[in-house]
Amino acid sequence: MAKTGVLCTTALLTLALIQPAWAQETHPVTGEPLAADQTFKYRMLDQFPSIDPQLIEETVGGHLARQLFEGLLTQNADGTLRPGVAEEWSSEDNQTWTFKLREDARWSNGDPVTAQDFVFAWQRAADPATASEYAWYVELSQITNAASVIAGEADPSELGVRAVDDQTLEVTLAQPLPYFPQMTVHYTFMPTHQPTVEAHGAAWTNPANIVSNGAYVLEDMATNEFIRLAQNPEYWGADDVIITEITGYVINDANQALTRFQAGEFDMMDDLPAGSYPRLEAEMPDVAHSVPRLCSYYYTVNHTESGHEALQDVRVRTALSYMINRDVITDQVLQAGQAPAYSFTHWATADFELPEIDYSLWSQEQRMEKAMALMQEAGYGPDNPIELDLIYNTSENHKQIATVISQMWRPLGVTTKLSNFEWQSYLEIRGNQNFDIARSAWCGDYNEASTFLDLLTTRNANNDGKYSNEKVDQLMLDSVTMSDPQPIYSEVEKILAEDMAILPIYHYTQNFVLDPTIRNWPTQNVENNWYVRDIYRVAAD
Amino acid sequence: MFVYILKRLLVAIPVLLILIVFTFVLMYAAPGSPFASERGVPPAVLANLQAQYGLDQPFHVQIWRYLVALLTEFDFGPSFIYRDQDVNSLIAQGFPVTLTYGFWSFVVAVLVGGALGILAAVRHNTWLDYLAVGVSIGAQVLPNFVLAPILVLTFTLWLGWLPGGGWQGGQWQFVVLPVIALSTSFMASIARISRASMLEVLTSNYIRTARAKGLPMRHVIFRHALKPALLPVISYLGPAFVGMITGSVVIDIYFSTGGIGQFFVASALNRDYGVMMGITILLGALTIFFNLLVDVLYAWIDPKIRY
Repeated sequence: MAKTGVLCTTALLTLALIQPAWAQETHPVTGEPLAADQTFKYRMLDQFPSIDPQLIEETVGGHLARQLFEGLLTQNADGTLRPGVAEEWSSEDNQTWTFKLREDARWSNGDPVTAQDFVFAWQRAADPATASEYAWYVELSQITNAASVIAGEADPSELGVRAVDDQTLEVTLAQPLPYFPQMTVHYTFMPTHQPTVEAHGAAWTNPANIVSNGAYVLEDMATNEFIRLAQNPEYWGADDVIITEITGYVINDANQALTRFQAGEFDMMDDLPAGSYPRLEAEMPDVAHSVPRLCSYYYTVNHTESGHEALQDVRVRTALSYMINRDVITDQVLQAGQAPAYSFTHWATADFELPEIDYSLWSQEQRMEKAMALMQEAGYGPDNPIELDLIYNTSENHKQIATVISQMWRPLGVTTKLSNFEWQSYLEIRGNQNFDIARSAWCGDYNEASTFLDLLTTRNANNDGKYSNEKVDQLMLDSVTMSDPQPIYSEVEKILAEDMAILPIYHYTQNFVLDPTIRNWPTQNVENNWYVRDIYRVAAD
Repeated sequence: MFVYILKRLLVAIPVLLILIVFTFVLMYAAPGSPFASERGVPPAVLANLQAQYGLDQPFHVQIWRYLVALLTEFDFGPSFIYRDQDVNSLIAQGFPVTLTYGFWSFVVAVLVGGALGILAAVRHNTWLDYLAVGVSIGAQVLPNFVLAPILVLTFTLWLGWLPGGGWQGGQWQFVVLPVIALSTSFMASIARISRASMLEVLTSNYIRTARAKGLPMRHVIFRHALKPALLPVISYLGPAFVGMITGSVVIDIYFSTGGIGQFFVASALNRDYGVMMGITILLGALTIFFNLLVDVLYAWIDPKIRY
């Protein structure tokens, strides 16, 4: 074993001396023959608003950040933690965390990456002057004084993060948080190069100015057309990086993108055209993939006065939930491997076990029978019908699901008025509780159940249905300090199901097409975080 | 003539001003905000964002500031969504793209459409006429959002001749499909208009006279019939040219050219007030300018028209 290690190291060292590093023909570990062309091209749904780690607030920019920058920790193909700029990390009480940074980490201009770079970036994320739409993430991480810095009540320098020396970063939290290291994977916590940011202001991310510390550097871009990244020779792990160039193409239209994928113009696309997955899977089984993705699809119930009064009655909410035949939605409407949901947290969340929710074990007939009885008990039915406003953001899938569900509710004497709004209007309407039922989805910001469950606490600003239960609030506060919070999470899920706080519908899958010559794609990563430094292209046979 | 042009330009100023104010009002009346996000933005951050973009000011201050920056520095302000860029630089990136494929579409539409129309009129009621009319009606009823995917399917997926999108600085392979998709319906309209007007001219008395004198047909058509026959075509070309060089949302979205049409739609959906205003003003100004140009051309071609 030790011998192989030495041999591998020697081999790698030798390879590192011969440039270009990957001119050889086989993969150093698996021995697969490598293609001569090691470029990776993919489709981007939209133009990213920014690639400044502290300003990014959506997935397209997030994917780019993972190639351009490297945080303290990153992820292996299965989503487990892996050292990034930090080689080691530790905490005795889960409240004060120490990260030891590697000495060979470099910015693309050759400067060393130091603990001070992280302090600068994190303060920058929290500083209201930066106006980062992801400032809340810093608060969520429980770093000392985060909330008061974000609110403008404390100076950013008071944030609980400091550079002990160039290679040591110390983070102090307001309360113990066992999963804090997981949270440092997120782009908001990636470092930024202070001299560059200060010299160029908002234009520091332009190809001519940008300095980054990831496996790739920004080479060229045209807004709404493409972005191209090249290998970063200064990256500490550059010798292990095989893909030499990454190109992302902005293609809004999903059908057009799929045609171009089939014509071989690029290697990967997600956000497939609605309803296309079953056909793709049948025609190209080695190209079409469906893997779990950390998002849950559900209907938000308006618990406030502005919602329909019947929705205040737990029996009505329960009846509505029981009537939804989730199997029809996953197997007949979506048909892409989604899992029916009877509870909120996605089943594939790390260290999370799906709790036993009673009604998930019944047959649909049993559920419907119960629903009818509950509705009658509550005094509603065909003689005393309910009319509900169901809103969703414009999308073919959401429309189909809303139509199907409104049909499922009909036997209860519930009629639904469907309204769709484009995204920005929709957010405002939902945020102001101008609905009875609202289509919603929540994606985990880190791979831990609290990323879902916190949403339904009274204090959470994104709790658009305004569900409130003191017990849930207290349990979620308690969970933070537990070394094994799973029992608490199960209990919370059970309370949510008893209260029918939301109507869970399904757990997402990530559906995408990938050129079969691309290998080592992280299909096990439920957060859909991919790092191109780990993938490679094999020679076509 | 000079006075006329001056007068028209002076009228253009209030028209543009009204356009700006009207768009501004409509934009603010629309629900949603550029900073709305599914993850709630902390209040202090939101306040800072609004202050950064001047949204914390009363409406009249906002519009006044906007106008001042626009008129004194020709500055369209920042983009509310693309936070690393301003509107001037976005237009500088997108407009040349649109201008390029718009210009070539115009050239193709005029040459092919004009030739088809004139040919059909000269060979009235022959198979050539029927063919030209058939082609132009076919092209007219095929909207570009149908044509674009068909072109990509054919030339990219099946034949593999041309890329299905992108721009890459305007290399010819990337320009061909957008130009075909954009020019087709304009070409059809030009063909129909020029055919109809040519037919009318050809039956007029002075053409009969010319032919009676024994002039060769070629001479009659090019020397005497063409210029008057072009008048209705030219009145159509003004708006058509603006329509083409200001791009098409469909072309930009289907071919991912990075042209301004795509910015236009995206800005409306994202509530990117800066970009939305900038492009509206640009398109408004271009429309006014080309309408004026058409009127001037009209006077030049038709001696009967005097301003």
